[in-house]
Amino acid sequence: MLLVPFRPMSSKVLRGLLLPAVLLLSGCQTVLMSPSGDLAVQQRDIILISLVLMLLIVVPVIGLTLFFAWRYRASNQKATYKPDWDHSTVLELLIWSAPLLIIIALGALTWVSTHKLDPFRPLERISHGREIPAGVKPLEVDVVALDWKWLFIYPEQGIATVNELAAPVDRPIQFKITASTVMNSFFIPSLAGQIYAMPGMETKLHAVINKAGTYEGISANYSGAGFSGMHFKFLGLSEGEFEQWVAKAKDGGALTRESYLQLEKPSENEPVRRYASVVPDLYPAIVNLCVAPGTPCMHETMAKDAARAGKPAGEHDMSHMEHMEH
Amino acid sequence: MSDHPDLTKLIFGRLSWDAIPFHEPILLATFAAVLVGGLVLLGLITKYRLWGYLWHEWFTSIDHKKIGIMYMVLGLVMLLRGFADAIMMRLQQAISFGDNLGYLPPHHYDQVFTAHGVIMIFFVAMPIVTGLMNYIVPLQIGARDVAFPFLNNFSFWMTTSGAVLVMASLFVGEFARTGWLAYPPLSGILASPDVGVDYYIWSLQIAGVGTLLSGVNLLVTIIKMRAPGMKLMQMPVFTWTALCTNVLIIAAFPVLTAVLALLSMDRYLGTHMFTNELGGNAMMYVNLIWIWGHPEVYILILPMFGVFSEVVSTFAGKRLFGYTSMVYATIVITVLSYLVWLHHFFTMGSGASVNSFFGITTMIISIPTGAKIFNWLFTMYRGRIRFELPMMWVVAFMVTFVIGGMTGVLLAVPPADFSLHNSLFLIAHFHNVIIGGVLFGAFAAINFWFPKAFGFRLDPFWGKCSFWLWVVGFYFAFMPLYVLGLMGVTRRISHFEDPSLQIWFQIAAFGAVLIALGIGAMLIQFVVSFLRREQLRDVTGDPWGGRTLEWSTSSPPPAYNFAFTPVVHDGDAWWQMKRLGWQRPLAGFIDIHMPKNTGAGIILAGISTVLGFAMIWQMWLLAALAFVSLLAVAIGHTFNYNREYYIQAADVARVEAARTEQLASHV
Repeated sequence: MLLVPFRPMSSKVLRGLLLPAVLLLSGCQTVLMSPSGDLAVQQRDIILISLVLMLLIVVPVIGLTLFFAWRYRASNQKATYKPDWDHSTVLELLIWSAPLLIIIALGALTWVSTHKLDPFRPLERISHGREIPAGVKPLEVDVVALDWKWLFIYPEQGIATVNELAAPVDRPIQFKITASTVMNSFFIPSLAGQIYAMPGMETKLHAVINKAGTYEGISANYSGAGFSGMHFKFLGLSEGEFEQWVAKAKDGGALTRESYLQLEKPSENEPVRRYASVVPDLYPAIVNLCVAPGTPCMHETMAKDAARAGKPAGEHDMSHMEHMEH
Repeated sequence: MSDHPDLTKLIFGRLSWDAIPFHEPILLATFAAVLVGGLVLLGLITKYRLWGYLWHEWFTSIDHKKIGIMYMVLGLVMLLRGFADAIMMRLQQAISFGDNLGYLPPHHYDQVFTAHGVIMIFFVAMPIVTGLMNYIVPLQIGARDVAFPFLNNFSFWMTTSGAVLVMASLFVGEFARTGWLAYPPLSGILASPDVGVDYYIWSLQIAGVGTLLSGVNLLVTIIKMRAPGMKLMQMPVFTWTALCTNVLIIAAFPVLTAVLALLSMDRYLGTHMFTNELGGNAMMYVNLIWIWGHPEVYILILPMFGVFSEVVSTFAGKRLFGYTSMVYATIVITVLSYLVWLHHFFTMGSGASVNSFFGITTMIISIPTGAKIFNWLFTMYRGRIRFELPMMWVVAFMVTFVIGGMTGVLLAVPPADFSLHNSLFLIAHFHNVIIGGVLFGAFAAINFWFPKAFGFRLDPFWGKCSFWLWVVGFYFAFMPLYVLGLMGVTRRISHFEDPSLQIWFQIAAFGAVLIALGIGAMLIQFVVSFLRREQLRDVTGDPWGGRTLEWSTSSPPPAYNFAFTPVVHDGDAWWQMKRLGWQRPLAGFIDIHMPKNTGAGIILAGISTVLGFAMIWQMWLLAALAFVSLLAVAIGHTFNYNREYYIQAADVARVEAARTEQLASHV
């Protein structure tokens, strides 16, 4: 009486299986599956190739599980029953080598694609079949994750914006990324994969947007109370529109060290702001955590430490003790 | 008191009336409900004069079976709390769009998701895993208890102590708002000056003591206390997976202890282990916590692989296919689980070669895991499968887990991870493997071994209700999260602008409701089974046609487990004994040497709770007192020489005679 009537089970399991299939189909229209930047497109392709490779194993396994469950149910007395059969060298070879082959293929794909799509690596093309024209320099953007908004500094244009980013279509962009206090992750899903923004450290991202439009940018790493509101618009613009966009910033104020320290204070759901000028060396000071007057810059401290460590041992001990006395 | 502000501070530290969340109606109502419920429970215990029974038979018990059951109870109680957090998040995300900010402000929401993760891993999954190993391993290897019975009781109470501190944070102060791994700088003193992170640190440190000691205990038990004749390669697969799990626990948990100690030093002593500008580095924390964190995943899933192996071969009525390759697969997973931690932060910019290395090692784990799945598959092949509840959970597991495994390998491809890291796709993936693997395994195990532990089976009707609600609920709750991940939605967000996302969150919330009903059905299943226990009674001790030694003894087993230590000649020892027509010995019993109960474990853990609480609130005086008394009790306990006793042969004979009678009445 404890036995489960099997029919309803298999149909429900099937329904459970169909659900993800339906969901996956609707997933095709999503931003990650139809992005607008070359890097994100290539990442999408990697996702799809990997999935197909794995489905080669996963689909038969699910199918066989359900088939064996049905075929060898206790009530089916016609099916063969071999209670002591527990080994088959051929089968064992097969069940270890089938996943192994898939993983060899996937591993090769991983090695090559991870190097090719490394965010630190300068771009080699604008999109499939289109080289970067000679003489085109990447647009530089310095990105700072603040509590809880994004600051974008354009060294070439001499402007800065908060919570709005723009770039000309088909021009490579080089992001340098850091943060003021805690970790965030800089992510524009339609443009390229994400990379962490961390205080006292700098990460890089090379990317290009291939279609004009307005895209969502977010922080993809939880950073505290204002995290949910820490999103921005990324505008893919034509060259002319981009010039206008830069000009718009020229109406704004100046981003000085003082106004930066003001801006850096925690605030939530910040509106877009524009700065007509940026004090020189602000971004390096942010990376080295020395914007506030009187704070030592990390790279200087590290250089001093290194110099001290380079001295002969006895001297080093002395200087250390001196330091302690002070 | 205002004349002596320093004295007040010395005694109460940071604790004041402000710490009680009077202004949070949700918390206040919960607190009231807990208070009333707790008082009713205490009242009932007093009314039925159960205090003595609970103290002597359970709290101070060093019987591995009772400790195992207490671990399971702890895990299931905390599951209710962890799930309450889950459904609060699902509700918030289903309604918090546009102008509607939902009902949870970030301050509260951020604590909820942190607590959910911490509780589900440390105080649900870990106690359930440890409880299963505690109950089953000694029985499977023909032992009378674990190697260090007192330590076992102490470990349990330390785990409980950690759980008590987490629960206390609900009503006194607050919990961390950092995510379940509390990355600095966010968890540092500048970004999180409140007590939340301290609750996190101390509850995990205290529970960690329990976990580590229980790991040592079970490892020694398996190595040293197997029945004569049981070679390593004849151990039941569950015991094998338990062995590997405890190796992982011993090697991984000290890293967690160390990294949390470093974080405490940064918070309490002003060191700068994780502060970039002063010579530290926050990424060191991220590395260390994941060097613990990734093996932790396998600590949870390996024992469940053991459960599935036992269940599938029992209900297919067949030897497990490929026992040897199953064992080696387990060992390979154990080793590889240490070589993959960096895949949790490809996106921190480690460089392409480092990322590829860790991506590929991660994928390699799927080879032994895949082999295991095939082994279960070929165990079913040419079997006679009885679809009782444990077997139903196995089939649900196999179908669900391969999907989760597939998305996991996908996330191990660094370029894919750059898009999917931290997204709801990731959330869907790890719930896919933890619910589909660990929880489904736990439910299979509970239904499978419950009759062994209590002498009656669980009610199948309510069990099936629970099964279908859980399985269907799981797919409704988490498949939409895969889609949302592909829509570029990241985790831990409490408010959304884009209305096109809402429908997916609503489907997920519906799934969560189904799961809630599944949990409800499970609770009903326990109650109904208890009421119908006479009909569901198992007098044979072997209700499923079992294969391993735990089924050779009565249900529930006597305190001494086995009147005579079994001698093992083969894997599937009990199956073999049944085939050879083994006869239960009916005479010739001798005295059995057993360890004695002690209250030292619960007392030490109680003091540890006070110590933790005092450290959290910086009540230095109380902390010092607690610390001194902790030492005093620990040293005092070493002078307790009265630790063992003998079960007289006559008593053994009486128990065994009763069983003989019971078996005869059954036939």
